[in-house]
Amino acid sequence: MIHSLFLVNASGDIFLEKHWKSVVSRSVCDYFFEAQERATEPENVPPVIPTPHHYLISVLRHRIYFVAVIQSEVPPLFVIEFLHRVVDTFQDYFGVCTEAAIKDNVVVVYELLEEMLDNGFPLATESNILKELIKPPTILRTMVNTITGSTNVGEQLPTGQLSVVPWRRTGVKYTNNEAYFDVVEEIDAIIDKSGSTITAEIQGVIDACVKLTGMPDLTLSFMNPRLLDDVSFHPCVRFKRWEAERILSFIPPDGNFRLLSYHVSSQNLVAIPVYVKHNITFREGSSQGRFDLTLGPKQTMGKAVESVLVSSQLPRGVLNANLNPSQGTYTFDPVTKMLSWDVGKINPQKLPSLKGTMSLQAGASKPDENPSINIQFKIQQMAISGCTQAGQTL
Amino acid sequence: MCDFPFFSLVCTGEIFELKAELNSDKKEKKKEAVKKVIASMTVGKDVSALFPDVVNCMQTDNLELKKLVYLYLMNYAKSQPDMAIMAVNTFVKDCEDPNPLIRALAVRTMGCIRVDKITEYLCEPLRKCLKDEDPYVRKTAAVCVAKLHDINAQLVEDQGFLDTLKDLISDSNPMVVANAVAALSEIAESHPNSNLLDLNPQTINKLLTALNECTEWGQIFILDCLANYTPRDDRESQSICERVTPRLSHANSAVVLSAVKVLMKFMEMLPKDLDYYGTLLKKLAPPLVTLLSAEPELQYVALRNINLIVQRRPEILKHEMKVFFVKYNDPIYVKLEKLDIMIRLASQANIAQVLAELKEYATEVDVDFVRKAVRAIGRCAIKVEQSAERCVSTLLDLIQTKVNYVVQEAIVVIKDIFRKYPNKYESVIATLCENLDSLDEPEARAAMIWIVGEYAERIDNADELLESFLEGFHDESTQVQLQLLTAIVKLFLKKPTETQELVQQVLSLATQDSDNPDLRDRGYIYWRLLSTDPVAAKEVVLAEKPLISEETDLIEPTLLEELICHIGTLASVYHKPPSAFVEGSRGVQHKRLPGSAGSADSPDTGSAAGVSEAPPAVIPSQGDLLGDLLNLDLTPPTTSGPPPAPSSGMQMGAMDLLGGGLDSLVGLLHLGGDLGGSPAMGAGFGAPPTAMPASFPPPVSGGLDDLFDLGGSVGMPMGAYSPPKSIWLPAMKAKGLEISGTFARRAGVIQMEMTLTNKAMSIMTDFAIQFNRNSFGLAPAGPLQVLTPVGPNQSIEVALPLSTVGPVMKMEPLTNLQVAVKNNIDVFYFSSQYPISMLFVEDGKMERQVFLATWKDIPNDNEAQFQIKDCHLNSDAASSKLQGSNVFTIAKRTVEGQDMLYQSMKLTNGIWVLAELRVQAGNPNYTVSTVS
Repeated sequence: MIHSLFLVNASGDIFLEKHWKSVVSRSVCDYFFEAQERATEPENVPPVIPTPHHYLISVLRHRIYFVAVIQSEVPPLFVIEFLHRVVDTFQDYFGVCTEAAIKDNVVVVYELLEEMLDNGFPLATESNILKELIKPPTILRTMVNTITGSTNVGEQLPTGQLSVVPWRRTGVKYTNNEAYFDVVEEIDAIIDKSGSTITAEIQGVIDACVKLTGMPDLTLSFMNPRLLDDVSFHPCVRFKRWEAERILSFIPPDGNFRLLSYHVSSQNLVAIPVYVKHNITFREGSSQGRFDLTLGPKQTMGKAVESVLVSSQLPRGVLNANLNPSQGTYTFDPVTKMLSWDVGKINPQKLPSLKGTMSLQAGASKPDENPSINIQFKIQQMAISGCTQAGQTL
Repeated sequence: MCDFPFFSLVCTGEIFELKAELNSDKKEKKKEAVKKVIASMTVGKDVSALFPDVVNCMQTDNLELKKLVYLYLMNYAKSQPDMAIMAVNTFVKDCEDPNPLIRALAVRTMGCIRVDKITEYLCEPLRKCLKDEDPYVRKTAAVCVAKLHDINAQLVEDQGFLDTLKDLISDSNPMVVANAVAALSEIAESHPNSNLLDLNPQTINKLLTALNECTEWGQIFILDCLANYTPRDDRESQSICERVTPRLSHANSAVVLSAVKVLMKFMEMLPKDLDYYGTLLKKLAPPLVTLLSAEPELQYVALRNINLIVQRRPEILKHEMKVFFVKYNDPIYVKLEKLDIMIRLASQANIAQVLAELKEYATEVDVDFVRKAVRAIGRCAIKVEQSAERCVSTLLDLIQTKVNYVVQEAIVVIKDIFRKYPNKYESVIATLCENLDSLDEPEARAAMIWIVGEYAERIDNADELLESFLEGFHDESTQVQLQLLTAIVKLFLKKPTETQELVQQVLSLATQDSDNPDLRDRGYIYWRLLSTDPVAAKEVVLAEKPLISEETDLIEPTLLEELICHIGTLASVYHKPPSAFVEGSRGVQHKRLPGSAGSADSPDTGSAAGVSEAPPAVIPSQGDLLGDLLNLDLTPPTTSGPPPAPSSGMQMGAMDLLGGGLDSLVGLLHLGGDLGGSPAMGAGFGAPPTAMPASFPPPVSGGLDDLFDLGGSVGMPMGAYSPPKSIWLPAMKAKGLEISGTFARRAGVIQMEMTLTNKAMSIMTDFAIQFNRNSFGLAPAGPLQVLTPVGPNQSIEVALPLSTVGPVMKMEPLTNLQVAVKNNIDVFYFSSQYPISMLFVEDGKMERQVFLATWKDIPNDNEAQFQIKDCHLNSDAASSKLQGSNVFTIAKRTVEGQDMLYQSMKLTNGIWVLAELRVQAGNPNYTVSTVS
């Protein structure tokens, strides 16, 4: 199981270490540093590094490497999942997971790590339970603690830990009972020149924020559950009912949690809500190229397309671009040849466009690459997969 | 330093200050001081000097302070063992605390203090905690056993903690079960042979129940543990699979992968035509695809495992090619893995898509990735024949880019393509030659030289090209030198006139100026070949090369099987068996996939029993050998002595059978064949098969001569011999039930055919049958099908198919079968004899060469000889008759008026019996020699 954990910052300093079994010397991280040096980009450090006596499994999040040391045959996914859980917990507790935040709260971090793992075996990783054991630091609590002399370590046995619903604490009371569900979908699509979709797949999650008194039992049903290709649930969801009736039935944890994540594969036709008209040409012989890009919404069901960001990797031969955006701002980095255009909101009446010329390297032949264009955007209150919620009951 | 509040400790003066604070009366001050100590500890500063003062703070009601002190203790107890003893009392007291949280905390911390002296004091509290009424304490204690085992294994065994731990598997709380399993698995790792986690259907059931209710981490432990279990039959494995499948939709990817492991393993047991098998295959794909949308680290591990899964069962992901397409922002390690899987999944259906992708990749910036992409194009060409042409043209396009490493990589793969499709794409050689000068990597140079040498006759200036390489011979790497040597020799053999000088030059360079033994030896061999026999040299050097196979990079099947059992572990990431790298591989057991139930076993073991491994090609000439064989046989054979133990392992019991039972087996055949004088009596099998071949038993009927007697007409094909029915159970003994029956082999199935006659006054119903354990593992393949009640004086015909996978008993007599029949009246026992010929299986025909080799391999004293008298058949008729009973004639020879028939038969348990049957025309007596 997990032997030790080292936190390493971007400049390669170990700023925290925790050992669950015997102490492993810091020198074991030298192997990690070697691999780090060899990697061209910080994210290219291989996740599993063998050393003569140990294995180092590392995760890079928020520019901090979480390096776990293991000694025996352990499922690496188990370790990686756990490390991600540690990061999520830190973020949950401190708002951000940065080196400074960790250093400021080093004792809480230590207590947390101790609660999360016992002899390498995970102990309590649900944030609900951890928060009962160790109260998250807030300015108010620090003040109260200093005045009353109480501690931020819970005195009680975490109630939920042994019940049938380990994720929910008991005795929750709210004056306003409310539950929110956010459906967040990310679409990953490649579209060819003529505008037809080559691949499209959707990763979706339903995040929930439930503030309900007592032990509520919720059901959530979908209009078209068949759409979801592969779903993974929060442990609270009763799988049998989903299998049989395609209904989500669950006793929710208290507070924020991810109810389910799903995947809609390209077999289902996906309508991309945005279209791009583009005309990028380079003339043979001249050192000029034309660039013309227009965006427009389609099939958005009247919803506004927001936070649009277009980026394109222009050919190596392009020296500079002189463009004129109808809205938003654009930047062109002559070194990486990356053009990015922050469009903002698309107004269907006045479609945003970016027109202008590119200057090419003199004398060079016409670039043969076709620049690809990446577009990021957000649409509120719409799910591209067409997945809609039919109803929910308490 | 100033940006963090607790890191102000620089000099010893501050340690002194802390000491004072720790001993302060104020609780608050104490706590702050301990916090400061912990803070310095976490960044690796040595604060062990404060040990006694910190320990003094332990006696407190404040939970947080207690926890902090415990944290400190865990870190420094090892360095201050004597001081740590001071803490023991507090621990023991805390273990009695009414608050379960404190009890658990105490036992947990105690286990983390790795000091021998303390462990002695730990035993009592631990024992109590293992039986604590609070499950939280129990589950903490379970892990503590594993900790203690790590420190002092002997102590744990002596104190009987392992048994308590095993009891916890049956605990009512799923969390406790999960932790007990986790602890046991960890302990088992250091005890390879101890049967700590002995899994039986009951425990499996408990684990499966706990699986649904415990935490995600617990599920991982339980699933990993389940994967070590081998179900008894396909039904059990199906039911386990059904209960594990829901785990595939868990949010934790480690749970998903562990579930995949269990399913992949147990799937082996399921028959492929089962509906459920197909459903399962379909269910496996989506979770694997979803793993690829997770964080890159998870993707990497998932991809390494998918690589294994794809090799084992390509059908799972064959339609999911697109998800393996590389994304521009993937880290390099993910890109390379995806590329690997793309090639494995490449097929005729998707090759166009794959090639288009690969071509894009080849224009990327990352050198490693581009190289691999180019190589991948080559592998696609080799794997999918239809695409080869397109691949080659893609490669040529890439060579035109003149990017150095792309060109080199392309040349290396084109060499392989040449070897797969000879005489097809040689037109591209000219293009390759243009790039000769830009090659600077040994592998590419060697590949190019190979191409030039191989196709020297088509390249006009081949000698010039090779000569140019020869100039810097000594600076080349060995790989290039060897290749150059071979290429020039090839060139010489093809164009001897112009290149004599060149070949002499290279030979002298290789043999005289080189100190590399490989190069020198190869040089000498060529030299001698060329000087002694140029024709032979031509045959050797320019021999037809075998085509290279498409899957050169596949993992070896046995290793793959083992790795499939280790999906989700480090072994699967490294694609190495755990024994190859796990530190102190003491605990590693080789795991195997279970065979598909029953059926797969018999052919394997069949060959193990008697077939010798001598490859046929080694036998120089068949005729000579047969002569030898005949000489050997014509000498009077000795009667069989004690048979040797066979060298290869067989299915259970087969060994014993050969050891103990061979004599009687031979005796049996002998029985069948010997002295057929007396006519067949009703109960033809009454012979005492205990008789040793050495002592010829009295003449009994049955067996082989029955075989001969039966058929009147010559050459008419007929079914297997089946003796007439005999009364097994007389009515007097069985309260009116009379059973007569016989055994037969029909369409490859052994059948027991019975006539049940009711001679009593009342109706008989509810028939059931059971066999005692017997030598050949005969067992009813289904229930006794008596659908209607048997009325008085009514008889009913029943055929009961038998299987040979029942329990095997080492015993004599061999062909005795003890049967119990039950009906509504009573249970009756009887025993019956079955003919050995019933056990001859249909695939008992041995290859001629194998037969010869086997015959030779079997020592003389394994041979038994006896005579069959009064048999008026010629050899052909006999042979066709015997064939009906699955006795196959391998060869026939006529020597001195005698027909010699060489025959082989195979028993259901895989033992081969070889026989020689001598038939003398006109003489009704046959002589049979059998060996096995």
